[in-house]
Amino acid sequence: MTDKSDPTTTRRGFLKAGLAAGGAVAAGGAAHAAGDPLITEIQPWAQGLGEGVDATPYGLPIKYEGDVVRRNVEWLTADTISSINFTPIHALDGTITPQGCAFERHHSGAIELRKEDYRLMINGLVDTPLVFTYADLERFPRVTRTYFLECAANTGMEWAGAQLNGSQFTHGMIHNMEYTGVTLRTLLEEAGVKPEGKWVMVEGADASSNARSIPLEKAMDDCLVAFKANGEALRMEHGYPVRLCVPGWEGNMWVKWLRRIEVGDKPWESREETSKYTDTLEDGTSRKWTWVMDAKSVVTSPSPQMPITHGKGPLVITGLAWSGRGAIARVDVSVDGGKNWKEARLAAPGQDMALTRFYLDHDWDGSEMFLQSRAIDSTGYVQPTKTQLREVRGLNSIYHNNCIQTWWVKPSGEAENVEVS
Amino acid sequence: APALAEKLGLGRPALPEEVAAWDKDVRPDGLGLPDGSGSVEDGEMIFADSCAVCHGDFAEGVGNWPKLAGGANTLDHADPLKTVGSYWPYLSTTWDYVHRSMPFGDAQTLSADEVYAIVAYILYSNDLVEDDFVLSKENFLEVEMPNADGFIVDDREETELPLFTAEPCMENCKDTVEVTMRAAVLDVTPDIGEEAAAETPAEAEVAEAAPAAE
Repeated sequence: MTDKSDPTTTRRGFLKAGLAAGGAVAAGGAAHAAGDPLITEIQPWAQGLGEGVDATPYGLPIKYEGDVVRRNVEWLTADTISSINFTPIHALDGTITPQGCAFERHHSGAIELRKEDYRLMINGLVDTPLVFTYADLERFPRVTRTYFLECAANTGMEWAGAQLNGSQFTHGMIHNMEYTGVTLRTLLEEAGVKPEGKWVMVEGADASSNARSIPLEKAMDDCLVAFKANGEALRMEHGYPVRLCVPGWEGNMWVKWLRRIEVGDKPWESREETSKYTDTLEDGTSRKWTWVMDAKSVVTSPSPQMPITHGKGPLVITGLAWSGRGAIARVDVSVDGGKNWKEARLAAPGQDMALTRFYLDHDWDGSEMFLQSRAIDSTGYVQPTKTQLREVRGLNSIYHNNCIQTWWVKPSGEAENVEVS
Repeated sequence: APALAEKLGLGRPALPEEVAAWDKDVRPDGLGLPDGSGSVEDGEMIFADSCAVCHGDFAEGVGNWPKLAGGANTLDHADPLKTVGSYWPYLSTTWDYVHRSMPFGDAQTLSADEVYAIVAYILYSNDLVEDDFVLSKENFLEVEMPNADGFIVDDREETELPLFTAEPCMENCKDTVEVTMRAAVLDVTPDIGEEAAAETPAEAEVAEAAPAAE
């Protein structure tokens, strides 16, 4: 009988076991003279009974995946309320982010707002200021779209150098969901935007309000007032019951617990578009209204949290690519720090402003690698190096770091976040 | 977007009282400012009671909490200190944000006069007004913010897209690859698979190493 109380329930335990074994777990299972006991001996799951269908009305991942969770980095912010956590992108595959581990960013915490208590107001330069209930929103014609939401500060800690050791921490302020809702255009047309209306201000029901100004052109183009994500209601921490989707644009503008949309003739210059979400350049001036998230990619495995434990031979190099300017057209991967590149395979054709999964099937010879990925989008934009970005912006931009990431994979299979020349 | 032949007639008109209750925002041109006024002297007392526990007696910040004063002329330095005085372009933003979202954990509890007084005190803490200054709706737009001209509209289309749209090199792109920076040396990543978070590095190191994830 196999011992199932082994210490491999955490990835750390698994890594220790794998690396201690010299990173060489034999193909096809452990070899025993008398055969693999997992095959030759009858296992309890093949004999007894599993759980009934009434055991778990709404399930969570199996306990062996307990490390695939959001994590925070305490020293990044003054407290855990106006703070950030990170999606475990290192352990995920495909493109849809499970909502339960999709990152959070709050400015006054995740609030609990019932559908019955929910109200959405449209006011300002409109023919008729309106109030909608949640039930009203469900009666408008619906659309369903898949988009990434990337925090403007994703990878922001890496401007000055290589800081955090794992793609979850360097690139995990992102999630990708299939949203269902009503176009913002539909709601604005219901109120009737006056000709002087050029901007909308959107704010949330929480104490921070998170107010942002959006040009009317974008508001009327593809913004979505969403109430479902990945098939179900939004999670509390993602804006239940209603949030805004602003495809391709920085996550800060995707206002959660959306309560009011005001139409005006000028932008508001709120705190979140003056003090924050402005990008300081080397000469001390700062860019404002840097809304679009540029093309970006990262190798999620191998990576510092996902070392190679199987030794040399076939290796799946995989990662994510995305662009706020359009669809991902191509991803190149380098194993030698950018000396040479190979075009990776996209799991599916790139979709506008959504995550794209890429794979490079590699035969690893056991020597060190400097893994990089480089995204190219449908506009021809090529993801730059950090050096290229620093030459334009300096070191103090905080936001919009879409540089090429390097993982130093050592002969042991362990990987580290580094910068290379 | 779905084609709508006409309005669906959903929702109901918002009442003036409802709009007034939620529409609190203030724009740089003063639109939205309510009647009222407040002095530096009153602001100092209110700030001591409601704000100083996090932001310090002189708005200089406590621990990791935001500094509201100081940092003049540091924006082109290696570690710029961005405060209301050194960075914020419009006073309206200070009024609007304090009124709607502060104090942290007890927002929307300050009267218009109290907000005028607090904003006057923040100006004083940044050496932008004298200690007998009284801020009001009437003189609000006369206050000059030092970094009012410090912002440009996103210029990536002109400054970056031309650089970053060339067909990239695929082979023999460089001669050498040297490691210039290692995250493992800094060692500030939380332990993976363990409950305990990383020990907090010394504060100076944090400030230097990583901007807050704002």
